[in-house]
Amino acid sequence: MTSHLPIAGLSVDLISDFRQLTAFPFMVNALEAGTVVAIMAGVVGWFMVLRRESFAGHSLSVMAFPGATFALLLGLSAAVGYYTFCGAGALVIGASAGAGTRRHRGEESAVTGAVQAFGLACGFLFLSLYQGVLAGYENLLFGDFLGITRGQVLTLAIVCVLTLGFFAVVGRPLLFASLDEPVARASGVPVRRVSLAFMLALGFTVAATAQITGALLVFALLIAPAATAQLITPRVGASLVLTVLLGMAITWAGLALAYFYNYPVGFYLTAVAFSVYLIARLARAAIDHPTLLHGRSRAVETPA
Amino acid sequence: MFAQEFVRNAWLAGTAIALASGLVGYFVVLRAQVFAGDALSHVAFTGALAAAAAGIDIRVGLFAATITIALLLGALGDRSRPDDVTIGITFAAILGLGVYFLALFSSGSGGGNGLLGARTLFGSIFGLSATAAVIAAVIAAVIVAVLLAIARPLLFASVDPAVAAARGVPVRALGLLLLALLGATAAEATQAIGALLLLGLLAAPAGAAQRLTANPYHALGLSAAIAVLSTWAGLTISYEIPNLPPSSAIIAVATGIYLLAFLATSDLRHARTRGLLTAVRGTET
Repeated sequence: MTSHLPIAGLSVDLISDFRQLTAFPFMVNALEAGTVVAIMAGVVGWFMVLRRESFAGHSLSVMAFPGATFALLLGLSAAVGYYTFCGAGALVIGASAGAGTRRHRGEESAVTGAVQAFGLACGFLFLSLYQGVLAGYENLLFGDFLGITRGQVLTLAIVCVLTLGFFAVVGRPLLFASLDEPVARASGVPVRRVSLAFMLALGFTVAATAQITGALLVFALLIAPAATAQLITPRVGASLVLTVLLGMAITWAGLALAYFYNYPVGFYLTAVAFSVYLIARLARAAIDHPTLLHGRSRAVETPA
Repeated sequence: MFAQEFVRNAWLAGTAIALASGLVGYFVVLRAQVFAGDALSHVAFTGALAAAAAGIDIRVGLFAATITIALLLGALGDRSRPDDVTIGITFAAILGLGVYFLALFSSGSGGGNGLLGARTLFGSIFGLSATAAVIAAVIAAVIVAVLLAIARPLLFASVDPAVAAARGVPVRALGLLLLALLGATAAEATQAIGALLLLGLLAAPAGAAQRLTANPYHALGLSAAIAVLSTWAGLTISYEIPNLPPSSAIIAVATGIYLLAFLATSDLRHARTRGLLTAVRGTET
């Protein structure tokens, strides 16, 4: 999909590999952006996996597609479209999930699904209005790491700091509300407001991540490191740190593979992420039930 | 409008697919398995592109991939209800593979490759041939027949799995069968409205129907009716407005109906009326 400048290829010499990898400014930008995105997606994804809100996370991440095409249509910066659409999607899903729809547990998933499909339908419409079917639509869906600018890296860093700041403030009540909602409610945690705020943070994070991985593959960075880490350790702090480290390792490996071998970065990211999870899950299954291959993630300990 | 053959084909295939999606979608929403439907719709994309890269009929890839992964997801989850993380990880990986096949197919065939990707993702209902439309209708009819045959025990197993199991209903087998039907529906609908958009036809009519009536059989019928109606309306609108893609129009109508149903029956509205009433009473006293 993407053609490259002449490169000697991957070798066993790690130092020369690293030199090759960082020889071009676009690649340095991509690695920096990837690192920032991995940290952010790791932390947000950790809470997302804990709260069993993967479907909402995926639906928000595809909102990046109508966002990008809408911005394209109006001639705005793509980033504006990403943040606006993902933020709006987060508000709709968050509000409808909290708006007393306890009538049926299927309701929330129906709303999320409808929002997602509607967003994608809008994206397709914007794309058609733009100029028939746009040649580069795959990049919006599946990611492109070649065109990342210094400005984008800076914006990502700012969003990342804001997101981490959000979790520094809301992290404890959010964890409490995620683990034991009734008790959290009884002890005065504003559960609905905390949930909505988390949904917004999730929206902004996927908007940022989608710029690197594309709208459809954000999900690999959100879910895989967190799910792997939660399989490995039940301790809150340790698994959060592990999530971020795994996320960074997966991103670097994905970018390096895409740089040396000529296939899309999204494919390498998901392939590495999936392999890491699979290994962790098999190991966990082997430890928990030596006879039965049916591992499930262990519950995270309640903070003291 | 019906003078043209492609429109007749689109209506035939569209109606049949909407009927299947509406019926299967009702159970999917009832069992809160929309996420599995989402995953299977992405699997459909990978299946189609794998078939294209291998040079075989796309439909073979579609049905093989979706039904296999549906059964796999069912086998991984307990009581045939795959959990959130399993679905998420599986479909992220499958989607990544889809990108790989897209790249493989693109490098193999030179020009015109973007078109297949776009058609798989967003559908091309006006591009169906007469044979394709008839095949789609027949497969949809089979899906509908199987689903209606198991509707009663499946409903029981969905609403109260413990009691159903105690009464001898094969809860696990029914769950697996529903997932297989969901996979087949996803493969079907991909040809018409695309892998990315078919979720709307599964979730929105069923969500609306569930809000409008509490009786499960009425809701099942209503869900199918809304899906068919949305498809007809969407096809008509996009025929009149050439710039508007048919799949976008269908999903927009379905979502619109859901929104109306949501607003008409929202607890939020009742809460607000109650709030207004107390406010009024407050000023009166």
